[in-house]
Amino acid sequence: MRTLLALLAQVEGDVSVIGRGLVYGLGAIGPGIGIGFLVGKTVEAMARQPEAAGTVRTVMFLGIAFVEALALFGFVLAFVI
Amino acid sequence: MSAVLALLGSSRPPEGFEKPTAEIFDTACLIGSGDFCFNRIALYMFVAAAIVVALFVLAFARPRLVPRGIQNLMESGVEFVRNQIAVEVIGHDGIRFVPLLLSLFFFIFAANILGIVPFFQLPATSRMAIPAFLAVVVWLVFNAVGIQHHGLRYFKNVLFPPGVPKALYILLTPIELVSVFLVRPLTLSVRLLGNMFAGHMLLTIFFLGTAYLLAQWKTVAFGVAAFGLGVGLVGFEILVAVLQAYIFTILTAVYIGGALHPEH
Repeated sequence: MRTLLALLAQVEGDVSVIGRGLVYGLGAIGPGIGIGFLVGKTVEAMARQPEAAGTVRTVMFLGIAFVEALALFGFVLAFVI
Repeated sequence: MSAVLALLGSSRPPEGFEKPTAEIFDTACLIGSGDFCFNRIALYMFVAAAIVVALFVLAFARPRLVPRGIQNLMESGVEFVRNQIAVEVIGHDGIRFVPLLLSLFFFIFAANILGIVPFFQLPATSRMAIPAFLAVVVWLVFNAVGIQHHGLRYFKNVLFPPGVPKALYILLTPIELVSVFLVRPLTLSVRLLGNMFAGHMLLTIFFLGTAYLLAQWKTVAFGVAAFGLGVGLVGFEILVAVLQAYIFTILTAVYIGGALHPEH
């Protein structure tokens, strides 16, 4: 903890860069976990029922599009702030 | 230890290293200036379109019954978009959207792949204009298809999906309104832009870093490693170029399919 504080105390230069990095980095955690779950479950479903693979894949892409939206907001916000 | 901490705590790059910024995407005007600027990105957009047109004309100008060479290649591309995207996602009435999906797929792929073609080396989709325009086209198409097939019931189907308890509409309708009409085009364009932007930035950083590290004897080993990773990343960029074209096209198909058959 003390080393971390010492590290933060030494931060110099353009500090807003760190904020931008944090906005995107924190925004990407949730979608990262979400997409991991989503694709893992999709593979499971495809392995159990290969004849439904087409439908499952389509729904997976739709789901990824929803989940990934949050990460993309983080990407946009990193440029906006 | 303290030297490492000092390095980590500084947001400045090391001495003498020119950090690439987003300015590497601001290319100079080739023709005109100000609002009517024809820059490298605009040129590459036409190059990408010309490549796609040339490929299709070469392949299908004199089609043979038994395809050979380039006709074989392009036929497998057409077949992929028709069977794996249009029919798979929309259904058999998706056949009439194949021209749109095919043009989107090949144009986006050509615009992406220019990022790693020697002497071009800037993806045309790494500036917001082209992804945003494509997303607006997709937005207009799927809304037009929905209105054409269901009239004003299209909006009722989207905003008040059937089979949901009445009280939930308080929560559901605003979410659907924002997600269908605002978030869809935004994410569609930003996904493509973000991937190509980040990929190009990554390659720039790796190869600038290679040049910087190779300049000093004590860091040559790191320079060689950075170069190796950079070469690997070029291969990764090919994968991303194909994948992003595929995802853009399949999401377009999903949105059109949703407007056609709102039950699924």
